[in-house]
Amino acid sequence: MAKRAQAATQTVENAPGRFAAGDRVRVLAMYPLGHVRTPWYIRGKTGVAERLCGAYPNPEELAYQRSGLPAQALYRVRFLQQDVWPIYRGGATDTLDLEIYDHWLEPA
Amino acid sequence: MSSAHDDHSHATHPDSTDHLTYYQTMEIAVRELLIEKGIVTADDVRRQVEDMDGRNAGLGAKMVARAWVDPDYKHRMLADGNAAAVEVGLDHGIFKLVVVENTPQIHNVIVCTLCSCYPRWLLGLPPDWYKSRSYRSRVVREPRLVLREFGLDLPDDVTVRVHDSNADMRYLVLPMRPMGTEELSENQLAALATRDSMIGVTVAVAAR
Repeated sequence: MAKRAQAATQTVENAPGRFAAGDRVRVLAMYPLGHVRTPWYIRGKTGVAERLCGAYPNPEELAYQRSGLPAQALYRVRFLQQDVWPIYRGGATDTLDLEIYDHWLEPA
Repeated sequence: MSSAHDDHSHATHPDSTDHLTYYQTMEIAVRELLIEKGIVTADDVRRQVEDMDGRNAGLGAKMVARAWVDPDYKHRMLADGNAAAVEVGLDHGIFKLVVVENTPQIHNVIVCTLCSCYPRWLLGLPPDWYKSRSYRSRVVREPRLVLREFGLDLPDDVTVRVHDSNADMRYLVLPMRPMGTEELSENQLAALATRDSMIGVTVAVAAR
């Protein structure tokens, strides 16, 4: 835990990422082994980058005692619920926001 | 001669059998090894547990109450949650805090589908239901139904935003200030901002 905290303080707030707030992005439908933070339910779905959260060491590397550097851009991506679930019973404007790393996204 | 046990019955409970699960055993083993190797002390562990158990939602409620009385603070809090925590005397925390605001048009609710990420340094330990697979799997899929099960029925014209804290952010909901609370002090207002309203499964306590 102390190591993770140390890594977090090395974040670069304005590290370059490929996307800007407002960009339409699609989460890659990839299924790598190991520790990933992208839930299965959102893979392949399209949303809008709501904000750049900053850049953080890649958790997929940190989980295996690697540095996770260079820090990767992390976005909050907003999805319409009706675009995520086959049958969504709720408001047409209801949304689901997740944090997705740059390397998991492609332009949509 | 009456027995002291006449007025109540003891259901038969087995004595604690102390069956440890795999992960409970692992935790004890790793902890004992860390202490043996001098990486942490037993007192370090005890102090951390005491610290976490000592935290409660009253901490986060200070931020909510301040935001309710001070629009400039609210603006700063929405831009930088960690700095806003420090402003009211709370810990900055090691994770980035994102505060999301409830409005008459938007209701926010927080979950961690992957585990149980939660702004512990501001709210204390999460409730058991927050950590349950049931909550974690259902609130992303059918949030309005889950909210109804918590006693919150939202009209169709309110947008429900679910926030899955699946990576490095931690989230806090800024509930709407209850009506008729203009005369209350900041401390009195803080009492209305409950844990569940800052998770987003309910709204702040209505003024009595």
